[in-house]
Amino acid sequence: MTNVIEQLGARAIIRVQEMGRMLLFVLSACAWLVRPPFRFHQIMKQLHFIGYKSVFVVVLTAGFTGMVLALQGYYSLRKFGSEGLLGSAVALSMIRELGPVLAALMVTARAGSAMTAEIGIMRITEQIDALDTMAINPLQYLIAPKLVAGVIGVPLLVAIFDVVGIYGGSLVGVDLLGVSEGAYWNSIESAVEWKDIYGGILKSISFGLIISWICCYKGFYTRQSAEGLGSATTEAVVLSSVLILVWDYFLTSVLL
Amino acid sequence: MIKLVGVEKKLGGQPVLQGVDLSIPVGKLTTIIGRSGEGKSVLLKHMIGLMQPDRGEVWVGDVEISRLSGTRLNDVRKRFAMLFQGAALFDSFSVFENVAFPLREKLRMKGPAVAKRVEEKLEEVGLAGMGHKFPAELSGGMRKRAGLARALVMEPEIILFDEPTTGLDPLMAKSIHDLIITMQRRFGFTAVMVSHEIPEIFGISDWVAMLRKGKIALMAPAAEFQRTTDPEIHEFISVGGTVALPGSLVG
Repeated sequence: MTNVIEQLGARAIIRVQEMGRMLLFVLSACAWLVRPPFRFHQIMKQLHFIGYKSVFVVVLTAGFTGMVLALQGYYSLRKFGSEGLLGSAVALSMIRELGPVLAALMVTARAGSAMTAEIGIMRITEQIDALDTMAINPLQYLIAPKLVAGVIGVPLLVAIFDVVGIYGGSLVGVDLLGVSEGAYWNSIESAVEWKDIYGGILKSISFGLIISWICCYKGFYTRQSAEGLGSATTEAVVLSSVLILVWDYFLTSVLL
Repeated sequence: MIKLVGVEKKLGGQPVLQGVDLSIPVGKLTTIIGRSGEGKSVLLKHMIGLMQPDRGEVWVGDVEISRLSGTRLNDVRKRFAMLFQGAALFDSFSVFENVAFPLREKLRMKGPAVAKRVEEKLEEVGLAGMGHKFPAELSGGMRKRAGLARALVMEPEIILFDEPTTGLDPLMAKSIHDLIITMQRRFGFTAVMVSHEIPEIFGISDWVAMLRKGKIALMAPAAEFQRTTDPEIHEFISVGGTVALPGSLVG
């Protein structure tokens, strides 16, 4: 019995230590952001990788999400004779929840896992140690640009997601199911408020930070083996995804 | 220039370094040998502050670095360069960009000055015209040469070599050793090398130190080291078959 409690206690301590290390990691990287040299070229490179290269998968996901939302929404609203509200249903779902969350999950799967693998391989092949020996702080050179790129790139992708999703909904609702085009777009204009949009922006900024933070952390502290790298990538994607969903709930409860 | 005093280090609960006392002579090539798993690379990493001892002191000149971090540690590291076991070239950069990296990042050099210095270093290590290649396109020996060019480009006072010839065939290993000793004689930097290449290291090293059970068992000039009568050390260095105990028959 004592042994079980000891093991539980040891695990709890390890978890708390890890949480502390994660927090120190992101705080240190943010502190290095405001110290020269400022690596604009690195930031743009990371923005290209996280943002631009995720556009295709975000557009694809957004299009089909909007389309299926319109399909489901139409048949539900038709029971109450409220098909005219389809536009607002699709738009509000996209802007408030689906846009930020699904875009963040797609970026996690695509760019987040790649970040973990890239940094993890650098750790295993001593490239990060090489930066240290050249008196170049790896947090400043490698991690901080990725944090900035995540915070800038994910909101932009979410905006694209929202727009494409709403148009996808219009494609199904208006063109296929016969909802009035005027009713579709008018309902969006009357239902969507500024607080919906800034709520979505706030979520997307925080999701961008979570993705870059967790994925970079897991790569930075990878164990020195192929198995370690595989575990790190999996843990990064799972933890980022779970944190996105959990944080989404808390943020929504605060914003509403 | 580099001095370790009573350095102790545990990894994963296991004692690795158990009171290392070591002084590295300035301007000479010192090789650290020992059995696999003794902690030679761990010892090397303490010298540049990549690891911190649990106890003891690490002196670089008149600065004690074991508790330093941040800018103050970086100031000390500016005196160093290191060639890692796998060369640790940055995968996404070409050879040219790898060698130019410290010049651009630390000295903020630009343009033709960078190109001139990089081409000089690549020529010195026998990689002239290879600047456009990426690390994945290079053989093991070529990667080590590129890593050495990157280490030399900032003209450091101290260069650490972590098993520079591991994984290379004997001819390639010899060419890397020859390159290291040629560069050391030409530029006069203090070199500390961890190596398993016995007996080759006795031909190129000024000093040899053996790490055994977490301590320095013996440190001596290379020729004197080979004449040791410590049976365990002698057995270790005799594996190459070229060193005999006094009084025994040879050949």
